[in-house]
Amino acid sequence: MISVHLILFLAFGAVCVAGAVNLLVQRHPINSALSLIAVMAALAGEYLLLGAEFVAALQVIVYAGAIMVLFVFVIMLLNAGVEDRTQGSRVAIVFGIPGMLIGSVLVAWVVLRHSGTGDVEIGALPGPPKTIGDMLFHEFLLPFEITSILILVAIMGAVVLASKPPSSPAEAPTQKVKD
Amino acid sequence: MVPLSYYLVLSGILFACGVTGFLIKRNIIAIFMSIELMLNGVNLSFVAFAAHWHVLAGQIFVFFVMVVAAAEAAVGLAIIIAVYRTRETLNVDQVNLLKL
Repeated sequence: MISVHLILFLAFGAVCVAGAVNLLVQRHPINSALSLIAVMAALAGEYLLLGAEFVAALQVIVYAGAIMVLFVFVIMLLNAGVEDRTQGSRVAIVFGIPGMLIGSVLVAWVVLRHSGTGDVEIGALPGPPKTIGDMLFHEFLLPFEITSILILVAIMGAVVLASKPPSSPAEAPTQKVKD
Repeated sequence: MVPLSYYLVLSGILFACGVTGFLIKRNIIAIFMSIELMLNGVNLSFVAFAAHWHVLAGQIFVFFVMVVAAAEAAVGLAIIIAVYRTRETLNVDQVNLLKL
């Protein structure tokens, strides 16, 4: 029997896989970024099917929103063009695509064979976001505070790395390495 | 009712696509996006297991993975900008010195 849940799962999953394959096929980074946004939006749909509204909202806001905007901005800032195929990329295609196919078929076979008959109902996750907030600020308080330090370090690191180095006229010509 | 294994297979396919992109892409930004794709595949299996066993801790872990991904994206893109500023290329085949 085909349920609505299965149909929706397959629809969102098809969008996910199509976006992921498109990310591999496209040669311009902006096309890859847009297909990655499609993958993330479809994954938010999968999370909603599982009943994880909080994670679905975070997926759209943080991943498809903030992180991908950062990517698109960097692509525009660096004026990234079409990538050129080199000897190294041909070797990687020859070995990478069969390896990926073998790996995913192996994983699918093991999972389908050995994971038993566990089913997931639609909206199976218990608890509204309030419960998640309670857990986050009681049981997981220490990791939560540590992530705030991580974010602070990341902000400072990004500012230091991306800021223009003070150009001293004596050193500037020697810093450029061409080959 | 969808079997748990379907979700795991979808998650595995996304992860495998990410690994392939990491291998065959030559643009450093596209490589970075492949890493994000791998993280998304892992997140899906976290949420699927959480829904299967009716525990909420899986969603908390997804939250932490997202935080780490955001921090990683910020620092990684800053590194990409710094590399582009000195080497003036985004092709990883031409970034072959440890020196910036």
